[in-house]
Amino acid sequence: MKPKKLKRLTPYNVVSMVMLCIVTIVFVFPFYWVITGSFKEQRVTIQLPPQWFPQNPTLDNYLTLFKQPALKWFLNSFLVAFISMALVCFVSTLAGYVLAKKRFYGGKLLFGIFVAAMALPKQVVLVPLVRLVSAWGFHNTLAAAILPAVGWPFGVFLMKQFSETIPTEMLEAAKIDGCNEWQIFYRVVLPMVKPGIGALAIFTFISAWNDYFMQLIMLSSRENLTLQLGIATMQAEFATNYGVLMAGATFSAIPIVLIFIIFQKSFTQGITMGSVKG
Amino acid sequence: MQQNKTVTKTGKRRRLGIRGRETLVSYLFMLPALLFFVAFVVGPILSGLYTSFFNYTARHNNFIGLGNYIELFQSEPFLKSLRNTVLLVIGVVPIIVLFSIFVSTIIYQKNPIIRSIFRGIFYLPVVTGTVAIVVVWKWIYDPLNGILNWALQAMGAIDQNIMWLGDKKYALLAIIVVLFTTSVGQPIILYVAALGNVDQSHIEAAQIDGATSWQVFRHIKWPAIMPTTLYVVVITTINSFQCFSLIQLLTGGGPNYNSSTIMYLVYEYAFKQSRFGYANAMGVILAIIIGVFSIIQFKFFGDKVEY
Repeated sequence: MKPKKLKRLTPYNVVSMVMLCIVTIVFVFPFYWVITGSFKEQRVTIQLPPQWFPQNPTLDNYLTLFKQPALKWFLNSFLVAFISMALVCFVSTLAGYVLAKKRFYGGKLLFGIFVAAMALPKQVVLVPLVRLVSAWGFHNTLAAAILPAVGWPFGVFLMKQFSETIPTEMLEAAKIDGCNEWQIFYRVVLPMVKPGIGALAIFTFISAWNDYFMQLIMLSSRENLTLQLGIATMQAEFATNYGVLMAGATFSAIPIVLIFIIFQKSFTQGITMGSVKG
Repeated sequence: MQQNKTVTKTGKRRRLGIRGRETLVSYLFMLPALLFFVAFVVGPILSGLYTSFFNYTARHNNFIGLGNYIELFQSEPFLKSLRNTVLLVIGVVPIIVLFSIFVSTIIYQKNPIIRSIFRGIFYLPVVTGTVAIVVVWKWIYDPLNGILNWALQAMGAIDQNIMWLGDKKYALLAIIVVLFTTSVGQPIILYVAALGNVDQSHIEAAQIDGATSWQVFRHIKWPAIMPTTLYVVVITTINSFQCFSLIQLLTGGGPNYNSSTIMYLVYEYAFKQSRFGYANAMGVILAIIIGVFSIIQFKFFGDKVEY
């Protein structure tokens, strides 16, 4: 019935395709450059014209990198990202469900406050936050880089959007069948919002892994740094030793990029769900 | 819920009882989220607001009313940073919106694999993390060994090397370029999804009536993706206002505060100069600016968007 969609070769289509390819190269280039650069000798990394592909690949940069506590940093980054992920998913799923499905005093107001707080830059509360974690005695521990980020209500917002899709009849049916509130949540709600939790989990893991700012103000001693911080510190120390820096950048980027590629579908869904309805 | 409107008096009382119970249950479910939210968001906001009225440093802590705010608006670093922050937002947000719409309109009808490859590519700089991205850009901008100066000289566009990050004419621009590449990932994902939801039958009907692709875009797609545009404008504005790590890692706000933003200045005053009250006052002003911007944007787009 439908006429077959034929891509007409209008000048606009051709030009836009060419432009798309050019910008694609611009976006992929840094990534390519970091990975290949990490295998170049120091003097090659700054040579002009650039050596587009490493001709004498070397592992020297990685050897220098692992003289730093890079593995400890990696572990720290992983712990920060993983624990943030678990906590955010836990608190957000519970809160998102009741905000979407229950009518209770203060519910609308609370949700409004959550949304307003999302617009606030975390950095506005920087000084009080540091003072708070110092007063509670966990400044310069991983907890200081994790807990404040859990308070940020994006996850609650996302899970509320997701929970809206649960049919109310199912909740009512469960109630008639004699389920208590916790059973309704555990047996009916949880299985239905699983895709949402998945999306939130990936999203949180990636943002926590890359949350340079929070880590910067919360962690100070060299042993406690995360990968991001560690490499930033090395940028100051190694200045223009791009080889080592690129080895560090590769080491910090590869795991997270792999995670992104594997879970891209659920991640994309999370970003889209969190935006606008309809 | 509708049938409740017709219930008798006793029914009403019962309903309040149910709602009370629902409230209790709901707050129990909300408890963990609320604990974190109050402890790490609400509390610090209030405390930040409060201390912004104090001359609170490593040594002093005395009430000075609006003293910090008055000093701010007479301070050159702050005014420069304010100007830069506004320039950054005005410079980057429209380009992000136009660019993401451009890319999305090309890729949204491609087959799913090509679509997700492109989406992935534009999201790559976000996933990679600022620190790793900055390593490359530092080299690109490097005045002696960088590829940018080399390429421009090879093309004959410049005669001598430019200190991209150290020259007050270029530092902010250099930041804007990097900020742009790290900001388009999410808008593109959103636009691809939004364009995919545009009613295909409207588009086909218009095409049969002989509409050009520009007319189709202008009169069908653009209005349909308006809610997404609003959302994208709001989040990219907020993100650009908060641009910090790029500045801290690339220029340190320099030269002479010419690439500093309010966000960066907050950090510098709080952690390098230990002027906590002053830094908090700056944070409060930033929060107000972001709030005003968001309200303006909602008013501006508001009548065209249905929630």
